[in-house]
Amino acid sequence: MPTKPNALSQLLRAFCFSPPAPLSGGGKSRSFALRAFCLLPFAFCLLLLGCTRSDPPADLVLVNGAEPDSLDPAIISTQTEMRIVKALFEGLTRLEGKNATAEPAIAHRWDMSPDGSIYTFHLRTNAVWSTGQPITAEDVVWSWRRALDPMTGAEYASQLFFIKGAEDYSTGKTNAATGKPFTPEDIAVRALDPHTLRVELIGPTAFFLDLCAFPTLAVVPRFWIEKHGDRWLLQQPVPTSGTYTLEFWRLNDRVRLRRNARHWDAANIRSELVDFLPIKSSTTALNLYETGAADVIWDKNLVPNELMDVLGKRPDCHKFDYLGTYFFRFNVKRKPFTDVRVRKAFALAVDRQKLVNKITRSGETPTSHFTPKGMGVYEPPDGWGYDPEQARKLLAEAGFPGGKDFPPFHYLFKTDKLDEQVGVELQEIWRKELGVKMELRAMEPKVYYSAQSALDYDLSRSSWIGDYNDPNTFLDMFMAGNGNNRTGWSNPAYDNLIRTANLQTDPKKRAALLRQAETLLIRDDLPIVPLWFYAGVNFYDPKKIEGIHANLLDEHPIHTIQKQK
Amino acid sequence: MSYFLKRAAFLFPLLLLISVLAFALLKLAPGGPFDKERAPATAEIKRAIEAKYHLDEPVWQQYLRYIGGVLQGDFGPSFKYRNHTVTDIIAQGLPVSVALGGMAFALSLGIGIPLGFWSAARRGQWGDYTGSFLAILAVCVPALVVGPLLVMGLAIQWRLLPVALWTSPAHVILPTLTLGLYFSGRVARLMREGMLTTLHEQYIVTARAKGLDDTTVLLKHALRIAILPVVSYSGPLLADLLTGSFIVENLFQIPGVGVFMVNSSLNRDYPMVIGLVLLYATLLLVLNLLVDVGYSYLDRRVKYD
Repeated sequence: MPTKPNALSQLLRAFCFSPPAPLSGGGKSRSFALRAFCLLPFAFCLLLLGCTRSDPPADLVLVNGAEPDSLDPAIISTQTEMRIVKALFEGLTRLEGKNATAEPAIAHRWDMSPDGSIYTFHLRTNAVWSTGQPITAEDVVWSWRRALDPMTGAEYASQLFFIKGAEDYSTGKTNAATGKPFTPEDIAVRALDPHTLRVELIGPTAFFLDLCAFPTLAVVPRFWIEKHGDRWLLQQPVPTSGTYTLEFWRLNDRVRLRRNARHWDAANIRSELVDFLPIKSSTTALNLYETGAADVIWDKNLVPNELMDVLGKRPDCHKFDYLGTYFFRFNVKRKPFTDVRVRKAFALAVDRQKLVNKITRSGETPTSHFTPKGMGVYEPPDGWGYDPEQARKLLAEAGFPGGKDFPPFHYLFKTDKLDEQVGVELQEIWRKELGVKMELRAMEPKVYYSAQSALDYDLSRSSWIGDYNDPNTFLDMFMAGNGNNRTGWSNPAYDNLIRTANLQTDPKKRAALLRQAETLLIRDDLPIVPLWFYAGVNFYDPKKIEGIHANLLDEHPIHTIQKQK
Repeated sequence: MSYFLKRAAFLFPLLLLISVLAFALLKLAPGGPFDKERAPATAEIKRAIEAKYHLDEPVWQQYLRYIGGVLQGDFGPSFKYRNHTVTDIIAQGLPVSVALGGMAFALSLGIGIPLGFWSAARRGQWGDYTGSFLAILAVCVPALVVGPLLVMGLAIQWRLLPVALWTSPAHVILPTLTLGLYFSGRVARLMREGMLTTLHEQYIVTARAKGLDDTTVLLKHALRIAILPVVSYSGPLLADLLTGSFIVENLFQIPGVGVFMVNSSLNRDYPMVIGLVLLYATLLLVLNLLVDVGYSYLDRRVKYD
């Protein structure tokens, strides 16, 4: 079976046999084929050049965590998304970077009625979209109505429920006065003129100005959204109201922002081009940072936990307290956790300091209360600390002396290394201290969340990050019917305390009422057991990066941050 | 020729079957795309979202709606990345995965074929042992280990190459090596086995008996048949490489589609999963068909009726 020698065999000959012996046959066509084959690598290099894009380097590169699901202020729900979106879309107020308190943004000033339930906002006359059109009070009304429309699917729509008529409209209630469902017009937000907005609240809401800085309440471009629908963020140029415009958004590559030259505060925007890298792998994040390809890492999950002992001591590691609590939930509908004595026993048996030292290792604060300290005048009550003696006594009282006859139960968590370590540790603690045997049940995130919502668990790992600087962001979630309750527990007294507190104008009286509510939650009824407060960790070189300040909300406005050249 | 037309005609029903299976498996998995740590503010909002994406319809109707869209070239919206359609995401990621996969494919064949051939040609000598050892080493050490080692040495210790990201040609080298080395080991082993089997064939004995020198026998007569296992492996290999690698894309933060292959099913992003499954299945089926065509070209004894 005679065959013509081909280019491949020529190449192999050169590679494997030396000196090369000429093959019989062939001729010009062969040497052409050979040359063509040798050109292949170059062709590949060309292909490559075509497929990588060289963008100019950014002035500031931030390792931001998971890829944003969306950049639509009404849709987003995670901190990684909000960091980007807050730079793109502003609300009536915005949070400044030092203490995370509200400062004027699109509204340059406001008046409050004496009882604190009616606000009149005065909008800046020089506030315009990045594409040049003016931002008016009508835009604010439209944006808020949009966020409240169930069809928008805003998971955070409840941030607007403090406005009169908002909840009724969003939940589709019937207006008793007209006999028809509530309409967007029933929401008590009115544009009095293009630059004046009147908002009526259900009661004095102490944290309303903070809420106005929250992305769900940000102003979005009506003309653009009505024109492009769901894909409005992919059509350039996206009109933005914030300090930055969206240069491009490539999934799993980067989100690049450019300084919004038309912003009312453009003079104080310190970096021109900012890249947000959507990185989930802590090793990759640290490698990029260490080799100078990224300037800031601002999430503790983005540095390997095993290295925290070493990294934590470096001058570029900045630790701070922030509003986040790690805790676990009881399913109070399932025996034997229906018995509050059992719940208390489980709480009393846990040495939180040991958990923090052994597992999290970044200086987290162990806690027996749910709301972190440092929110205004609020002073959280103490829950149940470490007392194994008392724990055993309570368990015996509940009918399980030494853990005898305690039915099998499980601890639900999502597949995550840290969560698993905590689960294993709790399993060991309760076996040793109470003599009960717990099964660990790891589930992938979606299954875990759905099981938690459906109360398909006994005990479940949980965490909560505060959305604004007020205890309400932690406490209202355990009211009856709240989708984030997920314990099966409800107590009318608790709901009542929260409601009454939020109608209070006197901050001290309000704090006292909320404290009573929290006492119910973590001392009397105990559907949850708080374990520790998260420690925030930012990595950046203080000699190079300016404008990042530690605060309780982990709030760092992009426009204040600058890298020294 | 008619055989290939028949095979091509089967592609369509096969893809349809695959899409049904993928859809059914997804629906059987617990948890849904909108189950999250934070619940939507009200039950109405969750209902509205599900209605928007037709998740409130019976499953068969959802499937028909989806497949009807696919037939018109619309792969639907992503449930996870709600501003993007599945087509948007694939259009962004596929070119990157194809470039990386193509490079890795060239690397695996470029190293694998000569290495396997060389080992076989020096069978039983030290060259064979070295070659085989290298091939086995490449196969045994997974990308999960090779990648970080390469990064540690070349990118962190010596700062020769970037540690991750995808912006310049320099960013392509480490991922290509990480992805390609393993497969070059596989190819080398296939090539060596193929050569060794072929060398026992009678026509090789005949060729040697005619007095042809070793070089000519190996290159002219043996190679053509010995490479067949590599050719048949190339089809699925290329399909695998072109649709991206989860591990390598994750490790080097590469904006390809490989990451979505895994994450979209974890996210219960139904349209995204099925879109990617269809993409992969189409590539695999088409490439296998091409491999069979190549077979009949290389080995004239192979005939399809």
